[in-house]
Amino acid sequence: MSNPLRPALVLLIALTAITGLGYPLAMTGLAGAIFPAEAAGSLVERDGRSVGSGLIGQSFTSDRYFQGRPSATTAADPSDATRTIPSPYNAASSSGSNLGPTSAALAERVTGDLAARRSENPGRPVPVDLVTTSGSGLDPDVSPDAALFQVPRVAKARNLAEDRVRGLVASRVQGRLLGVLGEPRVNVLALNLALDELERK
Amino acid sequence: MTINGWIQIALFCAVVLALARPLGGYMTRVFTGERTFLSPVLAPVERGLYRAAGIDADQEQHWLTYALAMLAFHALGFLSLYALLRVQAALPFNPDGQSAVAPDLAFNTAASFVTNTNWQSYGGETTLSYLAQMLGLTHQNFLSAATGIALAVALVRGFSRASATTVGSFWVDLTRTVLYVLLPLCILYTLFLVSQGVPQTLGGAVEVTTLEGARQTIAVGPVASQVAIKMLGTNGGGFFNVNAAHPFENPTALSNFIQIVSIFAIGAAMTNVFGRMVGDERQGWAILAAMGVLFLAGVSVVYWAESAGSPVLNSFGLTGGNMEGKEVRFGIVASALFAAVTTAASCGAVNAMHDSFTALGGMIPMINMQLGEIIVGGVGAGLYGILVFVVVTIFVAGLMVGRTPEYLGKKIEGREVKMAMLAILCLPLMMLGFTALATVVAAGLAGPANAGPHGFSEILYAFTSAAANNGSAFGGLSANTTFYNATLGLGMLFGRFFVIVPALAMAGSLAAKTTVPASAGTFPTHGGLFVGLLVGVILIVGGLTFFPALALGPIVEHLAGGLGQTFAAGG
Repeated sequence: MSNPLRPALVLLIALTAITGLGYPLAMTGLAGAIFPAEAAGSLVERDGRSVGSGLIGQSFTSDRYFQGRPSATTAADPSDATRTIPSPYNAASSSGSNLGPTSAALAERVTGDLAARRSENPGRPVPVDLVTTSGSGLDPDVSPDAALFQVPRVAKARNLAEDRVRGLVASRVQGRLLGVLGEPRVNVLALNLALDELERK
Repeated sequence: MTINGWIQIALFCAVVLALARPLGGYMTRVFTGERTFLSPVLAPVERGLYRAAGIDADQEQHWLTYALAMLAFHALGFLSLYALLRVQAALPFNPDGQSAVAPDLAFNTAASFVTNTNWQSYGGETTLSYLAQMLGLTHQNFLSAATGIALAVALVRGFSRASATTVGSFWVDLTRTVLYVLLPLCILYTLFLVSQGVPQTLGGAVEVTTLEGARQTIAVGPVASQVAIKMLGTNGGGFFNVNAAHPFENPTALSNFIQIVSIFAIGAAMTNVFGRMVGDERQGWAILAAMGVLFLAGVSVVYWAESAGSPVLNSFGLTGGNMEGKEVRFGIVASALFAAVTTAASCGAVNAMHDSFTALGGMIPMINMQLGEIIVGGVGAGLYGILVFVVVTIFVAGLMVGRTPEYLGKKIEGREVKMAMLAILCLPLMMLGFTALATVVAAGLAGPANAGPHGFSEILYAFTSAAANNGSAFGGLSANTTFYNATLGLGMLFGRFFVIVPALAMAGSLAAKTTVPASAGTFPTHGGLFVGLLVGVILIVGGLTFFPALALGPIVEHLAGGLGQTFAAGG
């Protein structure tokens, strides 16, 4: 029986160099050359300034903008670093709510959000994604229903005709891939950029 | 449930099945040492590695030597990863200034990656430097996956050889798996992922000003190269805390579909490798069929449960299923499919938060893992896991008809059955034993975020996931504590090596046996009767053990939720 230490050590070092350094660094170079925008995080610019990533949701609270889904991300409490406070769409620390189906906290949160949404657009059923947090807390999308639900509020806040805003939403709906994969959705940041553009005209 | 949903599931199954044969053929060539189309490039690299390491590629090993080589390799890998995590602050590629990882977390993370579990007590973007992610995690993803495949191949050699004293060379199997199988696939895969929007950069986090004028810090990094291997190698450890739910790990419906396929691709192809190496591809298909039956049953329940949604939320007038913890771009079906696949295989990547699944939707992932992850399973691990069950099935069938059981011409005797049962019994011991411990000590009870039966489910899920080397979690559990880091770390190490070593011992004793020719009384192991028996044995031997524990968690929660009962934490 030969001593396994030498092959173990040499192979560990050599394969570490290949798979742990050579592979990721080579891929970084290659990806940056072929897909520079995607490799850097799909950043979106307006007037020469980065306003976010097209793939990462951001917090919208104003009535003038379409709002994304509730987000469960947190951040360290500035007054006490051992605790965390809610910090929606914190893209430096992704997190879901992890509340289970019989959680009283979840039931309470959804009840509150539902009441707020119902007062915003009475008589219309509230789309489920508008009152549930996403897995990542950074969901960039809402369902087409959830965007359409917000049209009256946004149109009123901007003094735009509802039909124009509704048309804008419709033009921004991404369908399923090849009609099969995934779910129809609207990217909230892209929609809001288009909305600002629409008002500027 | 919608027609479109079932079409997505059917399409997934079709693609995995279509890949099994070509990939299996290629991998068989790799493991039997034949030339492949990549040999002109890779053979010189391979020879250079052997020369430097003093390995004679033609010298095969006895099962015990094979096992010792594997253990030595892992011991060194474990120590070096632990050291790297402890000193990452002083090393380069740390643009966001991550500090040294605490000892208990470093132990847990090292155990997690060396055992192909990739349990995430660490927070990814908030804990680890880019160097730790690349040099530590990415590289262990390759090596632990390659080890699983190597061990499965060694066990297959046990069945395919007669009167042999050796089961192959660990060094050669390991090296060839990394060079010929994992690395080429990962290179293509990484480029595909970047094309979909997965970042691959060494720059630090990006600062932007949102449309409403707030500051947003967006974590990026060398993500794509790690995501590629974590999926293909059924490792599952995310670059980010929320894993494949993060838009940067899994940006589109297409990236999601390919990721689910890639979890199963190698594992499913391994059944074909098995068939080819024992000289009868039908044997491989029979095993894949048993896996397929169990998989379809599981995915159907998850899809149904998540589509139906939570009775508590539905009572508020919500429709559209359970979207808490799920991303809009994946919706119900792609999240349910991902959950069933990632726990059937030992991947553990998640694209939705399992903790927020409905009671029954979250129970199926637990069952998938408790059965030993033999439904396709981890790369390699799934094959040796199900072969262990095959041995028990053959034994039971032999008892029923009163004949000495045979499988592929090998007599299955006391030693093989003992080794098989040892491997099978290790999992419930770790899963249920540690769960029981955690529910009686204060340090364990401090963990769950949810109250009532769901809190118990969080603990059960954690130890199930650790011992099965899955790595997914009911993420509400505060697992980054000394108690959980230590117990989960031990669960992972035992769950890995106390299955591997008996499986290798079985390989050695099988290889030494002569092959007896099939006779009229030989039980055929490529037909429907065998598939049915195998499924039955898996459910009875593997499943019944866990029924009482499941009754305390998800089943009771399902009944309580149906009555509209909720549980307040801290109450």
